[in-house]
Amino acid sequence: MKRLRIGDIRPDIKQIERRAFLRQSLSLGALTMLTGCSLDNPAAPDFIDRVLKGMSHWNDRVQAAIFSPTRLAPVYPESAITKPFPFNAFYAEAQAPVVDGATYRLELAGMIADKRPWTVADLRKLPHESQVTRHICVEGWSAIGKWGGVPFHVFLERIGADKTAKYVGFKCADGYYSSIDMPTALHPQTLLALDYGDAELPRKYGYPMKLRVPTKLGFKNPKHITEIFVTNDYPGGYWEDQGYNWFSGS
Amino acid sequence: MADMSMSHGSGAAADEVHPLVVRITHWVNAFAMILMILSGWRIYNASPIFGFRFPDQLTLGAWLGGALAWHFAAMWLLAINGLVYVVYGFASGHFKRDFWPIRPVDVWNDFRAALTFKLAHRLGTYNSVQKLLYAGVVFLAAAAIVSGLSIWKPVQFYPLTWLLGGYDFARIVHFLAMSGIVGFLVVHIALVALVPSTFVPMITGRAAAAHEGETTR
Repeated sequence: MKRLRIGDIRPDIKQIERRAFLRQSLSLGALTMLTGCSLDNPAAPDFIDRVLKGMSHWNDRVQAAIFSPTRLAPVYPESAITKPFPFNAFYAEAQAPVVDGATYRLELAGMIADKRPWTVADLRKLPHESQVTRHICVEGWSAIGKWGGVPFHVFLERIGADKTAKYVGFKCADGYYSSIDMPTALHPQTLLALDYGDAELPRKYGYPMKLRVPTKLGFKNPKHITEIFVTNDYPGGYWEDQGYNWFSGS
Repeated sequence: MADMSMSHGSGAAADEVHPLVVRITHWVNAFAMILMILSGWRIYNASPIFGFRFPDQLTLGAWLGGALAWHFAAMWLLAINGLVYVVYGFASGHFKRDFWPIRPVDVWNDFRAALTFKLAHRLGTYNSVQKLLYAGVVFLAAAAIVSGLSIWKPVQFYPLTWLLGGYDFARIVHFLAMSGIVGFLVVHIALVALVPSTFVPMITGRAAAAHEGETTR
């Protein structure tokens, strides 16, 4: 039996390599090779990841400058409400957390004067407003819904939050977390929503309470909130830490 | 004399097919536009408006978050470069001289002449079909930018979004503008492949054929 030496097959390898190289250069140029480095591994950022991150931070600042604290998101008639309003989360609807309203406490932390926890009943005693606004998902789809609850600026006022702080952060019963800038937190349409439609917020939409921010993308509207904190240290978020733009204003 | 060798010297001016600003903005735009299109396809795939998706291998960004990061980074390159080009186009007379006027009857005659291979290609002078296509793609790029802004900021730029028929319709406008640009690219690249002597001047600024002794491709 003849032993096969590497020299015998080298020309073939060369030819295969050349063919692969040609195919790669033909596949829309080197551009497609860049797809390997697009914030897909936050633990090991490469040069392109750092450039994209830098541009995302720049876009945070641009969006903060564009944001108007008085410009209202468009409101719609109730006839425009999307039915059924889509469920959306990083898990399936059946996995939505079950929160017991009787034992639920909203915890407060950080730069807040009165950190006593809140029950659902206490939250319902605060001023109540409702809105029919468009929820825009980062994926591009949108849906119109009706939410009711406590204007967030009223709540922040009531608990003595430091309104000069940069961020308001949220921790949720499903492990989700997110944060928003203080000007958006104080926007007149930002709501601590307790109701969807004209009924209590159901489990799939974030029982017992979610943040409704019609001036930001959907993933900046955390559901099942269990803790609110005020801070100057950037808190990030579930999706934001994976590469979604933090400000994500609309 | 020093300025005899410069491109704007009286003798050399006739050689210059594309001024330096046009060449630089052309290639920066080509790079930025391809980044925008390929990342845009990935973003489209996250929630397709029509009944199809772009093959993932053709897209840029690896996932929605990566594609959005590319899209919102490259948009600055596209917008700033486009602004430089448009300001230059008006200020230098490039638009008026090379793209204007576009008369429908000329477009029709030139188009027929081109199809019957009777249309002469003169480097540095655009026929009416070229004028229409180049002015058209500038318009499409502007439409892509305006519709893009209106779906990026439907609250802060609400009047713009309203003008474009609302958030959902503006998404369709954005898609159609992209489709038109991709259609232009296909025709543009096919024509450069058919008349390769047009390629070199977009890099060097000069027509290769104008220099004796040099081979033309």
